[in-house]
Amino acid sequence: MTTSPYEHHEYDVLIIGAGGAGLRAAIEAKQRGLSVGIVTKSLLGKAHTVMAEGGIAAAMGNVYADDNWMVHFRDTMRGGKMLNNYRMAELHAKESPDRVRELEQWGALFDRTKDGKILQRDFGGHRYARLAHVGDRTGLELIRTLQQKVVSMGTDVFMECKVLQLVHDASGRVAGAVAYWRPTGEFVTFAAKAVVLATGGVGKSWKFTSNSWESTGDGHAMALWAGAELIDMECIQFHPTGMVWPLSVRGLLVTEGVRGDGGVLRNADGERFMFNYVADMFRAETAESEEEADKWYDDHSAGRRPPELLPRDEVARAINTEVKSGRGTPHGGVYLDIGSRRSAEFIRRRLPSMYHQFMELAGVDITREAMEIGPTCHYIMGGVKVDADTAATKVLGLYAAGEVAGGMHGANRLGGNSLSDLVVFGRRAGVAASDYVEGGSGPDGFDWGEVEAAVDRAIAPFSNEGGENPYDIQRDLQEMMQANVGIIRTGDEIDHAISELETFTQRVKNLSVKGGRAYNPGWNLATDLPSMITVSKCTARGARDRKESRGGHTREDFPKASAEYGTFNLAHTIDNGAWDGVITTERSMLLTMPDELKALLEEAK
Amino acid sequence: MADVTMRVWRGDAGGGDFEEYTIAQNEGEVVLDVIHRIQATEAPDLACRWNCKAGKCGSCAAEINGKPRLMCMTRMDDLPEGPVTVTPMKTFPIIRDLVTDVSFNFAMAERVPALLPPPMPADGYRMYQEDVERGQEFRKCIECFMCQDVCHVIRDHEENKQYYAGPRFFIRYAELEMHPLDQNDRREYVREEMGLGYCNITKCCTEVCPEHIKITDNAIIALKERVVDATYDPVAWLGRKIRRRTKRTATEAGVQPAP
Repeated sequence: MTTSPYEHHEYDVLIIGAGGAGLRAAIEAKQRGLSVGIVTKSLLGKAHTVMAEGGIAAAMGNVYADDNWMVHFRDTMRGGKMLNNYRMAELHAKESPDRVRELEQWGALFDRTKDGKILQRDFGGHRYARLAHVGDRTGLELIRTLQQKVVSMGTDVFMECKVLQLVHDASGRVAGAVAYWRPTGEFVTFAAKAVVLATGGVGKSWKFTSNSWESTGDGHAMALWAGAELIDMECIQFHPTGMVWPLSVRGLLVTEGVRGDGGVLRNADGERFMFNYVADMFRAETAESEEEADKWYDDHSAGRRPPELLPRDEVARAINTEVKSGRGTPHGGVYLDIGSRRSAEFIRRRLPSMYHQFMELAGVDITREAMEIGPTCHYIMGGVKVDADTAATKVLGLYAAGEVAGGMHGANRLGGNSLSDLVVFGRRAGVAASDYVEGGSGPDGFDWGEVEAAVDRAIAPFSNEGGENPYDIQRDLQEMMQANVGIIRTGDEIDHAISELETFTQRVKNLSVKGGRAYNPGWNLATDLPSMITVSKCTARGARDRKESRGGHTREDFPKASAEYGTFNLAHTIDNGAWDGVITTERSMLLTMPDELKALLEEAK
Repeated sequence: MADVTMRVWRGDAGGGDFEEYTIAQNEGEVVLDVIHRIQATEAPDLACRWNCKAGKCGSCAAEINGKPRLMCMTRMDDLPEGPVTVTPMKTFPIIRDLVTDVSFNFAMAERVPALLPPPMPADGYRMYQEDVERGQEFRKCIECFMCQDVCHVIRDHEENKQYYAGPRFFIRYAELEMHPLDQNDRREYVREEMGLGYCNITKCCTEVCPEHIKITDNAIIALKERVVDATYDPVAWLGRKIRRRTKRTATEAGVQPAP
């Protein structure tokens, strides 16, 4: 091997991303006795997992004994509008209870039932109360538990170290990555026998989002550049309840737990409007009157589910329609009211961070006043195409788990299924990557040419004088994607977005960065923009080619779901690994579900 | 709204100074919004650390008008009229501008002896809400490290850092000590190696905690009481007499490694 001109590390398994999926994968590989390095662009414990609020879905049956994996599987497939990789949904439903319970061995403290079991709460699209939780800070509990476990195992963690690109060997197997240290701006290379991508989502390409600066689609883009396929990129979840006021916090998440615990949606006329938006698919299981819905909270056999707890795509579209029809609040949202329905003590105990968030940021006391909320870009269902059992991508040695992987959630994710996805498939990625390493089929060599090209591209903006400010490009990109590839889409707008994205590609090539390399946020953003633009192109292309409405993809010009489009995903690949290369989008047929699983969907209707 | 003047400390380990930015502000904004606007317009290389902008991740701690605050949860309209001063946390070495090297905390985290639970029954552990609640309070911690920043045992005494875990880790030790499943005993370790005795309960940490954790009353004082019980236990006293030296590691202090 050539001597690296940079700081260089070697691991059996390199994990990119330190959220729930990455940490869970690391635990697995570490337990196998392999050497493991985790690289994260933030500090340990700050990944987006920390923002998950409501809970982690697992059919443990602690509150409703009738719950089991088969019902969870059915709910997940129906929520995903049947576009899911059925095998992922099956594994997820079967394994999540064990993954939740094992967290308690590592120190997690979930809220309890009266008989000392893990308490579970109601959420949209789940037939039974199924979300294990800690108040409304479940993501913090998950990440802290996994972080503390990883640290106690003595795992190497590279914090504030941003991966720029994956590196191959001569035969195209993945061989590691090239990164840079944010505090110093120095480059660093990692040779690894296997790489697990666990980089999260893409939401920062939209103007109103619940996502942090980190969600720039790095892993999605790196995988695509490295030769993997992305699927379902048009399926973006707009969470129904983001804050709308003050403007500076517009998009900030308001947990679905507010509705699970009794909160209802009203328009400016005071009407509980969700009863007007119950799709046929959910009519049989949804309450017809406020009276019936209100009985359900205490006893699920006394009435059917309130329409506020339909899957997120349904609720977000309904809110959008209410606002567009002139029945919105002064700041362009609708009201979410729990203060008039539950005691102040109950709200502060069950939803402490929501209480805190509205009190401090909006000056609203949610125990007395209604919240103003509206849809916010929250989650991408699409991602790297993986094998369900192993999380393996098309590129040998490369695995993907968590939000960066596609297939598990189909066209729409149910609340609570994300945290469980992280631990179920994080573990599976760790197992499979370890098997691959132990099988001895790792890479042969390390392509230093790829390293040099990535480094050259990263530092180019320093020597380009008079180019654009990366912040201007980011702001324009966010406004463009919000306007043209948002919650409701039309063919013309999508075509416009696709041509605009080519302009953005050129603008990125001509940007300039001021200052030095040490902890320079402008430079860091400049290295994010190629990823943001690459994934936005895939989203726009998927949105153009999926001429129907399904889950997190709504076309005003094709408002209904089509049986034909329900049989395939749209899969994207890129030519010769160049970030600005030509993207090809093709249909990729869904796996055929075995009859015994099909029967579950039928009988549970 | 009227423009606001921000006095932001800029520099690195080699030194620095305040730079003033006079910039527009909008209704309802927090300090981090204004810092972001400075980045996007005048100073794209202004270093600040942040992630969630919702008070949940604890990344954006800085000293605003001299007090440790989360920039994302400090509303501009709650601050007094006049220039707003933003400086990095004082207790930690500067990386650049508002970003400090908080690796001290991660090094302390590595020294925490892990939870040691009994084997898990097939259907999971049974624990009761009243028993998990004490630990849950401490697990609200978002690791902003402002309690460490404000703790005068280390704020003005770099030399104490090697002997002193600080409030963030005292609540971690308290959490483990009160954990219904834990079978370890870290009391002697936290006294001898983690410097619990240095804390003279001035409650500065409790005052700055953005999660309103009662660090001093519920964690540190409770931990001190437990440690006193262990220290004056005659059997433990005899054991120390026989071994006649300070225990340097968790294992020597009788803390068992995690499975």
